Amino acid sequence: MKPELIKEVTYVPYSGNMAAAEAMRQINPDVVAAYPITPQTELMQFFAEFVANGLVDTEYIPVESEHSAMSACVGAAAAGSRAMTATAGPGLAYMWEVLGIASGMRLPIVMTVVNRALSAPINIHGDQSDMMGARDQGWIMLFSENAEEQYDNLIQAFKIAEDERTRLPVMVGMDGFVISHSIERVRLLPDKAVEEFVGEPKVMYSLLDVDNPITHGPVAMTDSYMEFKRQQREAMMEAYKVIREVGEQFEEAFGRKYEHIETYKTDDADYILIIIGSTAGTAKYVIDRVREKGIKVGLIKIRTYRPFPYYDVMDAIEASNCKAIGVFDRAETFGAVGGPLYSDVATAMHLRGKSYPMVSFIYGLGGRDTNVHHIEEAIDKVVQKAAGKEVPLINYLNLNE
Amino acid sequence: MAQVSASEIKVPPLKKLTNYPEKLAPGHRLCAGCGASIIIRQIYMVANALGYELIWANATGCVEVCTTIYPYTSWRSPWIHNAFENAAATISGVEAAYKALKRKGKLPTDKKVKFIALGGDGGTYDIGFQSLSGALERGHDFIYVCYDNEAYMNTGIQRSSATPKYANTTTQPVGSKSLGKEQHKKWMPEVAAAHGIPYVAQVSPSHWKDFMEKFKKALLTEGPSYINAFCVCPRGWRSKEEEGILIAKLAVETNYWPLFEVENGRWRVTYKPKNPKPVEEFLKRQGRFKHLFKPGNEGRIQELQEEINRRWEWLNKMEEMTREE
Ligand SMILES: Cc1ncc(C[n+]2csc(CCOP(=O)(O)OP(=O)(O)O)c2C)c(N)n1
Ligand code: SF4
Ligand SMILES: [Mg+2]
Repeated sequence: MKPELIKEVTYVPYSGNMAAAEAMRQINPDVVAAYPITPQTELMQFFAEFVANGLVDTEYIPVESEHSAMSACVGAAAAGSRAMTATAGPGLAYMWEVLGIASGMRLPIVMTVVNRALSAPINIHGDQSDMMGARDQGWIMLFSENAEEQYDNLIQAFKIAEDERTRLPVMVGMDGFVISHSIERVRLLPDKAVEEFVGEPKVMYSLLDVDNPITHGPVAMTDSYMEFKRQQREAMMEAYKVIREVGEQFEEAFGRKYEHIETYKTDDADYILIIIGSTAGTAKYVIDRVREKGIKVGLIKIRTYRPFPYYDVMDAIEASNCKAIGVFDRAETFGAVGGPLYSDVATAMHLRGKSYPMVSFIYGLGGRDTNVHHIEEAIDKVVQKAAGKEVPLINYLNLNE
Repeated sequence: MAQVSASEIKVPPLKKLTNYPEKLAPGHRLCAGCGASIIIRQIYMVANALGYELIWANATGCVEVCTTIYPYTSWRSPWIHNAFENAAATISGVEAAYKALKRKGKLPTDKKVKFIALGGDGGTYDIGFQSLSGALERGHDFIYVCYDNEAYMNTGIQRSSATPKYANTTTQPVGSKSLGKEQHKKWMPEVAAAHGIPYVAQVSPSHWKDFMEKFKKALLTEGPSYINAFCVCPRGWRSKEEEGILIAKLAVETNYWPLFEVENGRWRVTYKPKNPKPVEEFLKRQGRFKHLFKPGNEGRIQELQEEINRRWEWLNKMEEMTREE
């Protein structure tokens, strides 16, 4: 049996990959099937070390591809076991077919996605086009700002996935390299506390129950397919509640707050930035700097991307003095306006019958640096937009033109 | 390899075998005369006789589509369909879950369970090849069964790498400038054997005793086995529904479908027709080869015969080379 390693809250200098691997060790899943790809490889190597040294009880399947990684997770989860994997960029793209099968079969699989650019040109660095490309495949999607959030989100993920109201897979994204490979302070929770929080899995319709044979994944014809999809939407709506509840339980147990969104200085803000992932951290720093000059900027960081927290976003905007919004997308949607997050925020406004001036920023593709100056530049554009000046609808940060 | 002495465990006589309850329920939509259901039922006979519960992962294809149209199922065993190309990867996950949960004491210990991945030739020779190769190499405890009807039948008779040369298919049709498929069939069981797995066999439901003996060995094997089963498809082969087993028998008697096994690296041809029939006997009952009997195409049949002879000689050489001293 898995030995107890961490007995009290411990501060460690960890990268995102180390934190994710540590969470996996503490969750101690029954099955892990994974395939290496930069920048996820290191995570998998850490976990393989745990297996090699008897620190987990996991059956580890070093599969021959990501397609097989997700396929094996589907088999393992249908068999009533806890299954986990991790991937990045092209690996997630290669899984794409099976992602929809995992959610369509309502299997509570948990996966880390170390966000990486998609080919071509091939590029190993961070951006979020991988998860954005998979956003309609029926997975619950959480994003982390830093290593500790990745750790915390993973610990919450099975409780969200396995809840009878949801029964949906969860992917947790962290920016490649910026989070996955940067060392930060992480407060690790005790093994026992994590074990207790995650709890025993709720097994439903196990494929291993030979006395009650179940057919998983039958053909659904035109007379029933749509009802299955309708139920998936229902489950996703329920997930909105479940994610919040689990976040509250986590805060109660460990004192760290998790909501669908995190707001930073939005209450009195004239300008609001909406960002997913690690760049939210840089934005907080810039916001403090520009506020010294009297420019009141606030931030909405999206943690839950699917189901999209339309009301949370709008509540935060409406509670502020918002005059204009800058939406940051670390992914392209060719042929559409803005990035995917831009469209979601526009929908959120529409739902409330509101209209705020919006500026779209495309940043960080293929690991392109987004530093303090680029965010200042973006804020400048949002301020101009609020003042009624002409600002391009789509703005690329740190692009050589 | 922890092989239980297979010779000590006997497959009961036919009368007894046919008395076991059917685990593939009738009412499925497979065509009349389809070889696939015969293969599955023969598998169940052996499993029943030896007291095994089977857990299946089925690739997309005729069997999957015809047996599980929601809300109905023909399967009285646990069964999962994931996608077309990943039956072997899926069963890897199921088998891993079984090991993990058993170790944790969460599963009954009194059950004899065997995991089966079932795919057509498309799901095996072609699109599922990588996933199969991976699962064989990793050594999961499962049996991969390919029901080889030599084309993508479910989607309308498209060629696969299992389709024999000169067969008429919808993606390499016979025409004024085409005689059908241009390449010979892939030697898939040989490829499976090249993984060095403990057991590989080629079977035909027409030779059911041989089939049962081999499936028994696969059941008793710890680790991966690969079974390649000849599967008549009256619809795709343009053959008579009632001639399925006859055609299967002719496939064996002409050496078109050699019955052989590879047990821990030892190759053995398990049936050697005394006077092998010419391949025409097999071809002439199938509309997919009709064009070969038109005047001027005699040489093509000869070409098929030569490929048959080549493989037959190769198999016999392998048998000789690996024979126990
Ligand atoms: C990824 C993917 N590609 C293609 C298909 C379409 N498709 C479904 S079944 C099938 C052919 C199956 O052929 P085979 O494995 O030989 O089984 P059979 O139908 O002959 O029983 C094809 C091409 C699919 N379902 N998924
Ligand atoms: S098309 Fe062929 S393989 Fe498919 S069900 Fe009919 S006879 Fe069987
Ligand atoms: Mg076929």
